[in-house]
Amino acid sequence: MRIVLNGDTMELHDQCSLADLVEQLGLGGKRFAAEVNMEIVPRSQHVALRLNDGDQIEIVQAIGGG
Amino acid sequence: MSEQLRHDPLIIAGKEYSSRLLVGTGKYRDLDETRRAIEASGAQIVTVAVRRTNIGQNRDEPNLLDAVSPEKYTILPNTAGCYTAEDAVRTCKLARELMDGHDLVKLEVLGDQKTLYPNIVETLKGAEMLVKDGFKVMVYTNDDPIVAKQLEEMGCIAVMPLGSLIGSGLGILNPHNIRLIMEAANVPILVDAGVGTASDAALAMEMGCAGVLMNTAIAGARDPLLMASAMRKAIEAGREAYLAGRMPRKKYASASSPMEGII
Repeated sequence: MRIVLNGDTMELHDQCSLADLVEQLGLGGKRFAAEVNMEIVPRSQHVALRLNDGDQIEIVQAIGGG
Repeated sequence: MSEQLRHDPLIIAGKEYSSRLLVGTGKYRDLDETRRAIEASGAQIVTVAVRRTNIGQNRDEPNLLDAVSPEKYTILPNTAGCYTAEDAVRTCKLARELMDGHDLVKLEVLGDQKTLYPNIVETLKGAEMLVKDGFKVMVYTNDDPIVAKQLEEMGCIAVMPLGSLIGSGLGILNPHNIRLIMEAANVPILVDAGVGTASDAALAMEMGCAGVLMNTAIAGARDPLLMASAMRKAIEAGREAYLAGRMPRKKYASASSPMEGII
């Protein structure tokens, strides 16, 4: 399936969960927040959330700012 | 720090802070300089921005929150770069998830890129949405006393008028308006933006501001660590001068040495 992650398209295998994607990106255990189709997905639900073709995913973190 | 200042905490959302200087984390050379400058400033509340994670780049890239630990500092996520209330609310919700439910945020909704002046219509809308959603909102606004009062009445826990444009270093251009805002306020008023050097920060504190939030004044100095230390002292000096109560201004001289016994 094809998803859009932070504005870029990406191919994922079917049955991929949000937690699988996070692991694949090397973000496991790091401080970030994730949104799927404009809805925040709490960390506790990352394992259970199956991604679907066409999902729009945003993964954000804290950076320097005023 | 003097005895008086030790018993004069800044209270934000029910928590006491001994420092009245709030600092941003942008524009530093690297995370190490960020960490050291913040340490030198003595700040306890530190703003951060929320941005897309760089996917597929350096996986071991150090994270800002490793350098500026939420265990040590109160992290204040901002909505910098948002031009609509909806974007600002979305950013705050992401920040709350990022910070494990911590709901203190700095709302700023901007009008244009040239001035970064706040869009007040969107700011009011955003504040209302965030307060309703349970956020504790510290709000960046212009120096309009009516708007500041409205933001307080909507439930913002601190109102932060600009001294001058973000990153301009022009100082406090309308101290009279800041005074009007403070006179009417029942929440902490902090000057946010515009401070250029230590005297600007001291002036804000001498006027009775609850605190000052700055970023570029420190990060943009030739020696950020030294400026951070200067700002710490300016904030403390300004607060002490405010608590001490300045002498009245007089039109003519008043000799400090006695007239009696002149030879």
